[in-house]
Amino acid sequence: MTETFDYSLIDWSRGQFALTAMYHWIFVPLTLGLGFIMAIMETIYVRTGNPEWKRITKFWMTIFGINFAIGVATGIILEFEFGTNWSNYSWFVGDIFGAPLAIEGIMAFFIESTFIAVMFFGWNKVSKKFHLVSTWLVAFGASLSALWILVANAWMQMPVGMKFNPDTARNEMAHFWDVLFSPMAVSKFTHTISSSYMLAALVVIGISSWFLLKKRHLVFAKRSIVVAAVFGLVTSLLTILTGDYSAKVVARHQPMKFAAFEGLYVGQRGAPLVAIGVVSSTPEDPNNENIKDFVFKLEVPNFLSYMAFQDFNAFIPGVKDLMEGNEEHGIPSAAEKIARGKLAIDALAEYKTAKEAGDEVKLTEAKEILDQNFQYFGYGYFVDDPSRLVPNVPLTFYSFHLMVALGMWFLVFFAIVLLLVYKGKISRSKFWLTIGIVNIPLAYIASQSGWVTAEMGRQPWVIQDLMPTMTAVSRLDTNAVITTFVLFAVIFTTLLIAELRIMFKQIKLGPKQEGGH
Amino acid sequence: MKKKNIILRIFTFYYEGFKSMTVGRTLWAIILIKLFVMFVILKIFFFPNFLKTNFDNDEDRSNHVIEQLTNPK
Repeated sequence: MTETFDYSLIDWSRGQFALTAMYHWIFVPLTLGLGFIMAIMETIYVRTGNPEWKRITKFWMTIFGINFAIGVATGIILEFEFGTNWSNYSWFVGDIFGAPLAIEGIMAFFIESTFIAVMFFGWNKVSKKFHLVSTWLVAFGASLSALWILVANAWMQMPVGMKFNPDTARNEMAHFWDVLFSPMAVSKFTHTISSSYMLAALVVIGISSWFLLKKRHLVFAKRSIVVAAVFGLVTSLLTILTGDYSAKVVARHQPMKFAAFEGLYVGQRGAPLVAIGVVSSTPEDPNNENIKDFVFKLEVPNFLSYMAFQDFNAFIPGVKDLMEGNEEHGIPSAAEKIARGKLAIDALAEYKTAKEAGDEVKLTEAKEILDQNFQYFGYGYFVDDPSRLVPNVPLTFYSFHLMVALGMWFLVFFAIVLLLVYKGKISRSKFWLTIGIVNIPLAYIASQSGWVTAEMGRQPWVIQDLMPTMTAVSRLDTNAVITTFVLFAVIFTTLLIAELRIMFKQIKLGPKQEGGH
Repeated sequence: MKKKNIILRIFTFYYEGFKSMTVGRTLWAIILIKLFVMFVILKIFFFPNFLKTNFDNDEDRSNHVIEQLTNPK
């Protein structure tokens, strides 16, 4: 079945979506985190009445405003792409996406048109407390706005709370709360926002470090560093905790992705955690180019088992177990799932034929077979090439390990910065201030690596086990997709350059006593 | 002194806010250009909704997707 797909169309459609999603994600995390940092700063201002804290708050509010303005609505492009490039997928997800995205749209509109306006225009016009409440509401509102799109994404990784309707070929929401509070949704939301808060803390420390190195606005810079480092330390701990929970959820619900995280090909009890590793460039298995062993690896014994199931001796299935099956541990083979998926696909076709013919008996039979096998529906498309069920292991492994290593490093960095602040040495520590600046791009690399891990690791699925990317795409002309890919690359790069230019200009100007916004 | 009408007060709040903007002017210009490019150029010329454009009703759309799912090419 698979040889009939146009893989250049699929790859360009995926590339286009990845490009827009990754650019969109450059703007979002800073907005999410900076909202809370400036709300904390303004709270200190309101509590102490010290005008320096107002000056500090207003400077970071300007940076927030620039990032917000450049980034606002960039996510809409993704919705355009759903309708044009991913029409089968958009139809198939039915109203699962509709409800969360509608809530997001309404919420974003009210927050953005009211409280952001009060936040920027309301200084000296509304009471201090009302202004502060508005700033906090902007911070909470931005994170809540992110909740809905993350819930939708989590549903794609772990489809729950829905019922497939064979008459319309759409999934219908059956249990809203199951969708909202699925372990995947909880882990995705908490891990994504806590890591975004951490990124914002690193940006604030990085910019403040630059001021200290330039010996400008010293009080402003030191106070900003204190707030950001405390916020960063707390949120980096949260990021690690939520990341750990996220890994547990993936281990249970997306075992292939979990195996790819660690490059685990053969399952074992007491599986080790690869702390550092270099994946071989030559395939280990001639039948699957994605299966590669390590050239070098440094392992922590039994730790992967513990991380996944809190049991040092737990069995972790490898890529091979998931492909060939493992009777002892009750893991079905890919071949079994493919056979059941094929049954489900054929049953859907028979259901349609029976419905057109008005044959109630065949209709009921087909529906029964479809319901029994629907959980493996997507596997039916891999009859000719099961090896495509394995994601790109090296890419997933490296992006996962890069994200984790950087996350750990940021925790250490925040602790060092706070120690230097406590000892009164921060403004003289040129080395650590320079590291602070270097950490800004590293924070973005970690953030993007997280998405690469989550989205590449779940391949070939658009919706886990139900819809692979190849059936999700619209049958468009590949050249049209290439054209829009290039168009987006130009537009988003221009926006990024505009953001950086305006931001650098404002940073160079530094905080002002009073003035516009 | 008589208090201003609430709508007038909100209007004045926004009007004065926009008037006193400095960096905000550039940002608003970027937002408006961006929205124009997105909704007037990209959406209309490059991103028509595939199913809405090619099919008249939901039944036809369902049939198309079922055909794509059961007989993909």
